[in-house]
Amino acid sequence: MKPLLLSIFLCFVGIFGYAQNYEIKGIVVDTNGEPLPGVSIVVKNTLKGASTGFDGDFIVSNVQKGETLVFSYLGYSNKEIVVSDNTFLKVTLDEDTQSLDEVIVVGYGTQKKREVTGAVSVVSAKTLEDLKPIKMEQALQGTVSGVNVTTTSGAPGADINIRIRGIATNGENKPLTIIDGYIGDLSLLNPSDVETITVLKDAQAAIYGSAAANGVILITTKMGKKNAKAKISYNTYFGFQETSKKINVLNASEYAALLNEAYVSGGDPIPYSNVSDIGRGTDWQDEVFGKGVPIISHDLSMSGGSEKITYAVSGSHLDQEGIVGGNKSGFLRNTARISLGAELSDDLKLKSNVTYTYFNRKTLPEGGNASVLLNAVNSPSTLAPYDSNGDYTVFPLGRLGNEMINPLAQIANNYNDYNFKKLNGNFGLDYTIMEGLVLSSSMGFNTSNSEGKSFSKIVDYGGKVFDVSISSVNQNAINNNDYSFDLYATYTKELNNHKLVGTIGNTIFKEWGNGLYATGYDIPNNTWSNADISLANGAPAPGVIPVGSYNYDERRLSYFGRLQYDFKGKYLLSAMIRRDASTKFGPGNKVGYFPSFTAGWILSDENFFGKSTVVDFMKLRASYGTLGNDQIPTNGYISQLSGEATYVFDGELINGVATGQIPNPDLKWEEARKFDVGLDMKILDNKVNIVADYFIDTRADLLIPAIPTSGILGSAAPGASSPTINAGTVKNSGFEFSIDYNNSFSNDFSMSVGYNVTFLKNEVLEINGTEFIEGGVFSIGQPAPSRMEVGQPIGYFYGYKTDGIFQNQAEIDAHPSQADLGAESAPGDFRYVDINNDNIIDVNDRMNIGDPIPKATMGLNLQFNYKALDFLMYTFASVGNDMVRNYESIAIDANNLNYTLDRWTGEGTTNSSPRVTTAASTNNVLSNYYVEDASYLRIQNIQLGYSLNSEVLEKIGIGKLRIYASGNNLFTFTKYKGFDPGASSGNPIGGGIDDGFYPIPKTYMVGLNINF
Amino acid sequence: MKKYIYITITIVAVFSALTISCTDDFVERPVEYSIDSENYFNSESEYESALIGAYDLLQTTFVNVLMGEMASDNTLAGGNSPTDVPGYQQVDDMIHTSVNTEVKKLWDWMFAGVQRSNYILEFKDNINFEGKNQIIAEARFLRAYYHFELVKWFGPIPMKGDKRFAPGDETSIPRSPVEDVYAAIYEDLIFASENLNPIPSQVGRATRGAALALLGKAYLYEASYTNQIEKYGLAAAKLQDVIDSEGYSLVEDFDEIFEMAGENGLESVFEIQYTDVEGGSYGYMQAIEGNVAVGFAGPNSYEGPFFTAGNNFNLPTQKIVDAFEEDDLRKAVTILDMDAWVEEHPEVTYTIQNEHTGYFNRKYIPRKRSEDAAADLKLTNPNNYRAIRYADVLLMAAEAYSKSGNDAKALLYLNEVRDRAFGDQDHRITFTGSNLYNAILAERRVEFAGEGLRFFDLVRTGRAAQEIDGFTANKNEVFPLPLEEIQFANGNWSQNQNY
Repeated sequence: MKPLLLSIFLCFVGIFGYAQNYEIKGIVVDTNGEPLPGVSIVVKNTLKGASTGFDGDFIVSNVQKGETLVFSYLGYSNKEIVVSDNTFLKVTLDEDTQSLDEVIVVGYGTQKKREVTGAVSVVSAKTLEDLKPIKMEQALQGTVSGVNVTTTSGAPGADINIRIRGIATNGENKPLTIIDGYIGDLSLLNPSDVETITVLKDAQAAIYGSAAANGVILITTKMGKKNAKAKISYNTYFGFQETSKKINVLNASEYAALLNEAYVSGGDPIPYSNVSDIGRGTDWQDEVFGKGVPIISHDLSMSGGSEKITYAVSGSHLDQEGIVGGNKSGFLRNTARISLGAELSDDLKLKSNVTYTYFNRKTLPEGGNASVLLNAVNSPSTLAPYDSNGDYTVFPLGRLGNEMINPLAQIANNYNDYNFKKLNGNFGLDYTIMEGLVLSSSMGFNTSNSEGKSFSKIVDYGGKVFDVSISSVNQNAINNNDYSFDLYATYTKELNNHKLVGTIGNTIFKEWGNGLYATGYDIPNNTWSNADISLANGAPAPGVIPVGSYNYDERRLSYFGRLQYDFKGKYLLSAMIRRDASTKFGPGNKVGYFPSFTAGWILSDENFFGKSTVVDFMKLRASYGTLGNDQIPTNGYISQLSGEATYVFDGELINGVATGQIPNPDLKWEEARKFDVGLDMKILDNKVNIVADYFIDTRADLLIPAIPTSGILGSAAPGASSPTINAGTVKNSGFEFSIDYNNSFSNDFSMSVGYNVTFLKNEVLEINGTEFIEGGVFSIGQPAPSRMEVGQPIGYFYGYKTDGIFQNQAEIDAHPSQADLGAESAPGDFRYVDINNDNIIDVNDRMNIGDPIPKATMGLNLQFNYKALDFLMYTFASVGNDMVRNYESIAIDANNLNYTLDRWTGEGTTNSSPRVTTAASTNNVLSNYYVEDASYLRIQNIQLGYSLNSEVLEKIGIGKLRIYASGNNLFTFTKYKGFDPGASSGNPIGGGIDDGFYPIPKTYMVGLNINF
Repeated sequence: MKKYIYITITIVAVFSALTISCTDDFVERPVEYSIDSENYFNSESEYESALIGAYDLLQTTFVNVLMGEMASDNTLAGGNSPTDVPGYQQVDDMIHTSVNTEVKKLWDWMFAGVQRSNYILEFKDNINFEGKNQIIAEARFLRAYYHFELVKWFGPIPMKGDKRFAPGDETSIPRSPVEDVYAAIYEDLIFASENLNPIPSQVGRATRGAALALLGKAYLYEASYTNQIEKYGLAAAKLQDVIDSEGYSLVEDFDEIFEMAGENGLESVFEIQYTDVEGGSYGYMQAIEGNVAVGFAGPNSYEGPFFTAGNNFNLPTQKIVDAFEEDDLRKAVTILDMDAWVEEHPEVTYTIQNEHTGYFNRKYIPRKRSEDAAADLKLTNPNNYRAIRYADVLLMAAEAYSKSGNDAKALLYLNEVRDRAFGDQDHRITFTGSNLYNAILAERRVEFAGEGLRFFDLVRTGRAAQEIDGFTANKNEVFPLPLEEIQFANGNWSQNQNY
C-alpha cells in the first residue's frame, strides 16, 4: 500500500511542484515475473543511475519529467522509459536471444555469440513457451533457417523428421542430438524442461565428428539460478482438436452418376438405374474424424539456488487423443526431472540431471491399403456405415475389391498398446586445475524399456483380405541402453590482444540392447481383455517360429582437439580435429579423421569501418570441414547366417540356414564435406539482426544400404540383401537468410518480427556400379516411382509426361502408339510425350516429373505486446515440394475425388482429366497427372495472451499470471488435394508418396501460466 | 613453475590412463549370437540346414510357371487393368524389353538358388560323414534345376563351378555358352541320379527318379534346340530308366492330380512343395511359402463354392480351350468355364477384370481354404506345383523315341497318356514319323496346359513364331538380361540378340 500512497502523494507534488525532481521507485522483472537483481539503470545522457537490488527493486533520485531511463541487463534487451508522472514503475525486460553477449553452446564448450564462427542457430525457451510443441521437433519448424521438419503422420506421438540442410544420404538423415553434453533423444523431451536448442549446421559440428554429418542439435536443459529464491511455475493448457483437412470426395449422387458413366463407357450395364433420389449419402470422413478431440497438458517446475547449490525439479503430463479413432489412437506422456548443480569447492563443480519419461501410445493402421483413412476416402458414399441391425455394414466384394473395408469396423477391431519407460541423465564434473585450465568429465546415459502388444481379432469382413480366422496376440519387449563418457580439458589464455582456447579430450559411446517378440494364438473369447500370451493356448503350425529376438552392441571411441584463437576479438579462428573408431566398420576401416576449420572477421570493429550510424555490428564467417556418418545396419562387413531358409518337407515347414546380407569388408566412413560462408549483421540501433549463409554440403563415399548389385550374388534370396557400399556422392547447396526486428516502442508496446528463408538444391553427383537406385511404391503392380540418379535430386519421381488428352481418334492415330503401356488409347485418354522421339511410347519415355524436396522453406514469426496483452503468430511455408497422389483406390467402384467431375466427356471438354471408364486404359500409370505441387503456407500458431495486473497479484504472492487462447494449424493454404502437404515418410528415395497421410490436427486451446 | 609441471604430469597421467584403458580394442567387440557363414559346415546337421536354404528358392519358380504360361499362346496376362504388373503384361504381349521387373526377379531368384546350392558345394570337403553324398547329390540336383531354368530363359549364363559368386565376378566371369551350361547340368544330374535315394527320406526331397527325369528333360531340350539326334537317344535312355525302374504310374482320374489329396501322388516325379501356414506380403514374394501363381490366377473377388478369389491373371485363351478334342476328360479339369460354372451355381459372383476370356486356369486357381490359412490368402495358396509329372516323362520319352526313329515306343507312351485322358482306348493314335511327332507335341499342349511348359515347348520345337502373337524369331526364344545386369557387368556380358 505504501508505494501507492507514495505515488499518489508524489502525483500531487508533481502537479503543484513544477519542474520538481522526481524520485522514481520500482521493480524490474523478467517475462516470467521473476525479479531481476543487478539491472543497471541510467538516466540517458547523464551519469545518474542506479541498479536493482536482490528483489529487483530500485530507486532513482533526481530525475525530471521527460528524461529517459535506460534499463540494461546482460542477456536481456535494453528498455527505455520516459519519465512521466508515474513514479512507480514495474519494468519487464525481455530476454534478448539476439544479444551478442549471449553465450552459446558449441560442443565441448561455449562461446559468446559474437565470437561464433560457424553457422549456428538458437531457439530459446521463450519460443518453446510460445509454440508449446507437443514434441520438441515441432519447435524447429519455421523458427530456424536451414532446418526442415516433416511429420510422418498427424497421429498422436508419431515420428517427426528433422533434416538440416537437406537430404544427403540414403541411410539415416537424422541429426545428432546432444542433451547437456550426452547423446540423447530429442523426441522424448518435455519441451518445458528445455532452456535452449542450438543447431550446428556446418563444419562447426565437426567436434562431434563421426556422428555429426547430418548436423547437430544441442539441447541445454533448465537449471536453477544461483542466489535465487524458489521459483515455482505451473503451465497448463486444454484444447480441442479436429482435422486440419478433409479431402473433397464425391457425394452419393455424384458418385452414382459418375460410376454409371464409367460403366457405360466400358460397355457394362449401369449399376444405378435411378440416381435422382440417392442424395448425399455417407460422408465417411465425417464418420471417422472426431470433433472436439481433447488434448491436455500440465507441467510444474520448481527451481532456485543458494550460493553454492542450484536445483530444478519438474514434472509434466500430456494426454492427446487422436482425431481418428478416439481412444484407439492416442499419446500419453509423463515426465519427471531433477537437475542439480553444486559448487563442491572453489575448484570443483558438479552438474547432474536425471529425467524419467513414460509414454503410452495407441495407433491405427496407416498408409497403404490397410489404412483407416484410405478406406474413409475411397468408401463409396452410397454405402451406409451401419446396417439395419446397427452393426457395421459389411462392404461388398466385386468391383470394390477385396481390400476395402468399413473404416468404422476397422477402428473398432483395432487393438494395440505400447508402453515406453526411459531413464536418462548425466553427471558431470568441472575441475579448475589452475587459472584458465578446466578439466571436465561427463557421463550421460539413456536406458529404456518398452512393451508392445497388438491383438489380431477373429473378424469377418466378408471375404476381404483383412479377415482373420485365428486370433493371435503379438507382444514384444525391447531394451535399449547407451552411455557416453566424455573427458576433456579446456585451457584458456588471454595475453594482451590474443586469446587462445584449447580443448582436448576423448569420448566413449556404447549402445547396446535387445528385443524379444512372440506371438500367442487362440485368445479366449476373442477379446482384447484376454489378449495376452499367458492366456493364449493355441500353437502355430509346425515349423512356424512364433518367437524372435535380436541384440546389438555398437561402440565408438573418439579423440578430439580444438584450438580457438582470436586477435583483438575481431579476427577469430578455430581448428578442430577428431579421430573416431566405430564398430560399424571392419578391421582396417574402423578409424576416421575429421578435421575442420572456421574463421570469422568482425568488420565492424575495424577502424576503416568507422562509426556507422546504420550498421552496429558486422561479422563475416567461413568454415570448411569434414564430418562422418556411420549410421548403417550393423555388422555389414561380415557374412552371417541371418538369411531365411524355409521349405516344406512331409507337408510341414522346415527351417534351415542361409546367408544374410552380402558382406562388404571394405565398408568405411561416409564423409560430409561442409563449406559455409556467412554474414552476421546488426543494424538500426541493434534492432535489426541479419544472418545470411551460403553453403555447400557434399556427401562423399555415401553409404548406400542394400545398393543394387548383380543378381548372381544371391542378394534376392529370402532374408538376404545387397551389401552396404560406399558408392555415391550427393550435394546439397543453398542459401539461408534470416532477419529479425525487435523494438520496444514504449513500456506498453513492443514488437518483434522474424523471417527466415532457406533455398536448397539437391543433386546426386555420383553413383558407382549402378545407374540408379529406385524405391517407393505407387499404386498396385506398378514400377517403383522414385529414383536416385546422377544429375537429379535424390528421390525424384520418375514417370510419364502427359500432353493433354486425346480428343478424338484422329489425334490418337497421329500420335506414336501407346499400346506398349498396356492398352490401345481411346478418346479421353492421356496423350504421353515421346521423350526419346523413337515414335513409340514405352518405358523409355519416362522422365523426371517432380521431386519432394522443397525449393525453399520459410518461417515468419510475429509478436506484439501491448500493455497486458500479447499476440503472436508463427507461420511456415514450403515452396516447390511435389507429392504423388497415391491414396486413390484403383477399385472400379471406389469413390473418387471431386476433381473427377471435370473429367473428359467428349471432344473439346477438357485437356486435363481423363475419361472415366471401366474399360482398359493406361491412364493410371505414374505420370505428372499424379504429381501435385504441395507448396503450402501454414499458420502454425496464433496466440492471444493476457497477463493479469501484477500489482494485484503480488499481494497474493503470484509473480505472473497469464491466460491465453491459442490455435495450432488453424489455416493451411495450399493447392494440394491430399490431407497434409507437410507430411513425408522421410525416406530419401520414396518420400513424398502420399498414401493418405494422417492429417495434422487443428487445435483450439486455452491455457494458463502462473509463476510464484 | 613447479605447479605447472605437476599439473602437466597429472593431465598426462589421466589421459594416458584413459587411453590405455580405452584403446581401439574398445571397438573390437565380438558379434554375439551370430553364426559366421564362412566357418560353418562342421556337422551333418549343418549341411542339412544349408540344404533347406537351397530348396527354398524352388518356391520362387512360381514366377517361371506364371510367365512361362503367359508368354505362350495358352493364356493372357489379365490382372486388374492393362497396367497391373506391367512386366507380366509385356511378356504376354511379347513386347518385353530389358526393363522388366518380373523377368529380373526370375533372374535374381534362380541365381540365388544357384548361389545357395554352391554355398554347400563350396564347403563340400569340410568334413566327412556317412550319407554326405546324398546331401551333395541333392545340392547338385538343385543347382541343375536352377541352371536349367536359367539356360531356358536367358541362354548363356555365368557359372563358377563349385564356388559362390563374389562381388566383382559380374565384370570378370563370362557367360558360358549354352552347351557348357547343359554339360554342367548333365554332370550334376548324373551324379545326382547315381547318389540320390530312390525313395526320399522326406516327401519333397529330390529323388533318383527326379534326377533321371530332369536329366532326360535336359537332354531332350538340348536335343530339340540343337537337333542333335544322339541327345534324343540319351534323353530316351534316361527317361526309359524312369519308366522302367522308379515305380511311377499315371493317376487314373486326371482330376485328382491337382487337388490337395492328389499332391505327391503316384504320378509325381518332382513336386515343388508349398504350404499355407505362414503369411506373406506382396513386397517380398521370395519369402512366401505359398504358391503365389495360384492366387494370381484366381478369379477376382470370387464368392461361391469350391474355389476362392485371386487376382485375375493367367487367363486361358479360346485357342487353348478349342485345342481340346471332344471327349477329352482333361478339358474340364484344365479350364474353368466361368459362364458354365455360374449357370451351374447361380450364387457364384466374381468381378470381371482386364482381358477377361471367360476362362480360368482350373488346375492352379485357389481352392476353398483351410480355416488355419495365414494371410494374405492370395499369396499363401498351398497348392504344390507338379514340376515333373510321370505323364511328362512318358510324353518326353515318346518325343525322344519319335526323334530317334523308334515310333513303336513313342506310340506306346503317347497312347498311355491318351488312354487316361479319354478314359478309354478308342482315342489311340496310330501315326508314324513326323505325324506322330506332331501328335506328341499336340498332346503335350493339352496335357500340360496351365502348367507353364508351353512357351519353351514351342520355342525348342521351333514353333513359337507361328503360334505366339508378337513373337519375333531370333529374339524372343530367350529373354533379355535385365538392363541392370548389363550395367553391373560393365561390358563383360552382352545383351541377348535383338534386345
